[in-house]
Amino acid sequence: MRLLLVLLVTLWASAASAQSLQDLLQADPEAISDPSRRTVGEVLGRLVDSGLPEVPAFLQHWQAKEVVQRRSDGLFFVGEPDGDGHILHDVSNGAEAGRAGPREVEELKPNAGVRGVIGSALIRFQLSDPDPARRQAALDAIANDPAADQIEPLRASLTDESDPAILVRKERLADLLAARFGSDPAARIAAIEDLGSDIAVEARAVLNQILASTSRVADTIPEEANVARTLAPGSADLPREAAYVMLVEAGLAPPRVTEAEIRDALSAAIADGRVGDAPAATLGTDEARHAAYDAMAAARGLPPRVTEAEVDAALASHAFWQDYEETDPAVTAAAERALGTAESRVRLYQTADIVLDAVSLASIYFLAAIGLAITFGVMGVINMAHGEFIMMGAYTGYVVQTLVPDYTLSLVLALPLAFAVTFAAGVAMERLVIRHLAHRPLETLLATFGISIALQQIAKNIFGTQARPLTSPGWLDGAWIVNDVLGIAYIRIAIFVLALLFLALILVVLRRTRLGLEVRAVTQNPGMAASMGIDPDRIAMLTFGLGSGIAGIAGVAIGLYAKVTSEMGSDYIVQSFMTVVVGGVGNVWGTLAGAALIGVLQKWIEWFNPSNTLAAQTYMILFIIAFIQFRPRGIVAMKGRAAGA
Amino acid sequence: MTIAPAAALRPRFVLAGNPSVLWALLVLAIFTLGVSFLSEGMGVGLISTSFVKTLGKTLCLCLAAVAMDVVWGYCGILSLGHMAFFGLGGYAIGQWLMTARTTEIVAQSLAGQPLPPTPRELEQAVATQIFGVVGADEFPWIWAFSDSLGLQLLMVVLVPGLLAGLFGWLAFRSRVTGVYLSILTQGMTLALSLWLFQNDSGLRGNNGLSGLQNIPGLDGWGQATLSVAFLWGSALALALGYVLFAWLTSGRRGSVIRAIRDDEARVRFLGYGVEGTKLLVFTLTAMVTAIAGALYYPQAGIINPGEVAPLASVYLAVWVAIGGRGRLYGAALGAALVSLLSSWFTSGGVPDVPLGFATIRWTDWWTVLLGLGFVAVTLLAPKGLGGLFDLVPRRPSRRQGDWGPDDGAWRREEG
Repeated sequence: MRLLLVLLVTLWASAASAQSLQDLLQADPEAISDPSRRTVGEVLGRLVDSGLPEVPAFLQHWQAKEVVQRRSDGLFFVGEPDGDGHILHDVSNGAEAGRAGPREVEELKPNAGVRGVIGSALIRFQLSDPDPARRQAALDAIANDPAADQIEPLRASLTDESDPAILVRKERLADLLAARFGSDPAARIAAIEDLGSDIAVEARAVLNQILASTSRVADTIPEEANVARTLAPGSADLPREAAYVMLVEAGLAPPRVTEAEIRDALSAAIADGRVGDAPAATLGTDEARHAAYDAMAAARGLPPRVTEAEVDAALASHAFWQDYEETDPAVTAAAERALGTAESRVRLYQTADIVLDAVSLASIYFLAAIGLAITFGVMGVINMAHGEFIMMGAYTGYVVQTLVPDYTLSLVLALPLAFAVTFAAGVAMERLVIRHLAHRPLETLLATFGISIALQQIAKNIFGTQARPLTSPGWLDGAWIVNDVLGIAYIRIAIFVLALLFLALILVVLRRTRLGLEVRAVTQNPGMAASMGIDPDRIAMLTFGLGSGIAGIAGVAIGLYAKVTSEMGSDYIVQSFMTVVVGGVGNVWGTLAGAALIGVLQKWIEWFNPSNTLAAQTYMILFIIAFIQFRPRGIVAMKGRAAGA
Repeated sequence: MTIAPAAALRPRFVLAGNPSVLWALLVLAIFTLGVSFLSEGMGVGLISTSFVKTLGKTLCLCLAAVAMDVVWGYCGILSLGHMAFFGLGGYAIGQWLMTARTTEIVAQSLAGQPLPPTPRELEQAVATQIFGVVGADEFPWIWAFSDSLGLQLLMVVLVPGLLAGLFGWLAFRSRVTGVYLSILTQGMTLALSLWLFQNDSGLRGNNGLSGLQNIPGLDGWGQATLSVAFLWGSALALALGYVLFAWLTSGRRGSVIRAIRDDEARVRFLGYGVEGTKLLVFTLTAMVTAIAGALYYPQAGIINPGEVAPLASVYLAVWVAIGGRGRLYGAALGAALVSLLSSWFTSGGVPDVPLGFATIRWTDWWTVLLGLGFVAVTLLAPKGLGGLFDLVPRRPSRRQGDWGPDDGAWRREEG
């Protein structure tokens, strides 16, 4: 009987390729239902070799503890929990195969070790999955949780890879794994050297893991230690206190008695208002407390105080160093070299990244300031309400967006509409207020400030204090990612392009049109321009409208990447003034230069201390104040008579 | 212009030649005595302690406005940074108030322990108490003098004075004038407030300094008495400041200051030291403003970086403009009126106006009213409220003929 069974099993097994998965599993049901870490490899090998397409799905279910075995016939199913029983699904095609009560099936619960082995077998499948997304997912899984046993499946899948991008990623991951877990030093060093040309975060993380080191202390540095560097106690890397704490933790020196411990010991020893000979009330200084403690320490079995001299002696007589966890010096040296190469490349890209950031910040400042520069240059008028025109533009965009749900269309509508609204507001302000304050620039400044606070409060009353979103269209979402270090959001590129467009537009208007000619004439000499038949009032009005209109468009652009609030104008107004003043008044190129200088400067200062943008702004303003000392008329100073105004 | 007769050059005491100063001091004295008489602390109790404090604070703002008037209305420098000096004065005195007060409290709580605290333990506990909110437990270097009232009082004038002196020296030396200078001062104010907003600036960042209304050593006085004491202190400071500035802007020195406002280049060509005069006016007004701040914040009880923001300095200019530039009583009047109106409107003291379709809530619309009202004053009444006093008939001058076209200059008064 038994012989027959064995024969049958052999027959089945030999015909496995033609059989269903269930038959394959039934060939050795024990190995499935009660696997151990040692034995599971064999059955997994058989399953994988069968080439059945449903094997990966089954392995996933098995790993997820979703496979059940029916007690009555020992068949395996995928069990979907249903109340206290299971709905059974066929292992091959997932078809429903009835319901089983709680007692009728047994859930298979492979232990963690077995699930790990199943997992790595699964990765082998996923790495050659026809779906590229699955292959990417498998690579992500390896990158997140690298392990030595993944090297083989990864290498094996390299030959069949068709997608070039994934192939690159696989090769890199294989290198990473080899560098970290490889057994042969020469191969590891080769892999590590490959990583030096790689600036991905993953690669640097692996190098850093290889270079992981711990601080140690001993009488002398042992011969066999792979020393990263020696540490001098009292230096910035190893403060004196920390060094002594290391000594104490290593058992090489007695712990210091802290002032708090002395206080507690003395407090505990108070008897009749005295500690030993000293009245407790006199123990209000460190010296008195030390003396009292020293007097009683020996008698009461308290640890003696460690003097500063003893600390110094202990520190001097021991060696402090950091050693690598990796014992092979050749490997760590290669890793240091590779990391050095990678980091110098990273610095290069970081510089490029900062430049990109600075350019995009400069475009925003340029957009915010150019309108101000025009009005200031032509009319000598500081418009404190300029920031509120930016805010008006942004709210126009917001209102358009609530009316027109399509983001692209609403943006296309919002730009000219914002221009129109703020153009009208600017013209109205010029006619009603500024015209009457001609030749009184300081009073104009204050009157426009009055308008500014009124507009700000009106916006607050209408739209509330809550920030309103101005959503950019879908095609502006996301970012252009060059590599792990270098990337820039599309919205910033769009703002840059918008700034370039306006630069070109303003240059064309000022240089190639009749209006521009008249504006330049009025800028240089209003009286003479008037006697040539130009109406300075009309030009002033149009210029003011133009400057305000550009502020409106800047508002839409700024609103797209920052939130729209009633106070957004005041965030930009001082920076805009600074841009104009630094650049030089009344000159488009000056404003451009000012915006570029301020943008680059701000990002550059932020780079020194990225966590503190407030400090960056402070230093930047201080720099600008100093800069004005050397070029009081800005980078691009006007020459001739206009400069004296 | 003819050479003035020798009699006009003979120095006269400023009060004698300038009746408006006497009137202003008289009004101030009557006001202070009246408020004291009506207060809870010393008199019949018609005026609540918090309103006495508001009035005391208003006097400090008047002093700041008078200083602002000298630097802007007389010298033509539109400084948008004087409230920063005001705030610095407040911070300087706040450092001492907070340290001394916290030391008292900590010493009390440590007194219950079996051993008297060592000086280091005490300092540590005080530092933890003060700087715990910004995650620090020791005194930053700017608090080095905070345990000494005398030194810290010196800081009240020294720090703003040095800052104003340095800034003014740099700016005036390179001949930055007009709106450029205004923007630079605004930049300085912004930089200062951003720096104060940082936690590691050492001045408790965003939290500012608080509990300043408790004056260490004067616990027995009670807030009602303290408020009257501060009212008197503020009134005295205002009176002294007023006389100081009246003296500064009188006589030949005053003429030079006003001349710088009207035509700086011409004054320079006449051989006067324009930069030195401007620097003197800028620094002196900054120091007086700082003293005003040092009196203001113990009455307010709290100071935070928001008080130093550029907007506050612009408001100071607005008060002066509404009150009337170029006359000290105008500035004080404007500051008092606008700041009191402001607190009346924003505290909801003014009834809402129902319009049928909507209700005008003054807490929301006061700023709009202020802004537009300010524009109206600038456009229609450049002399401000002080201009009303010109309507009072005066003894006609015996001199005939043209006094010059410019309204801003004091040619008639000096002629």
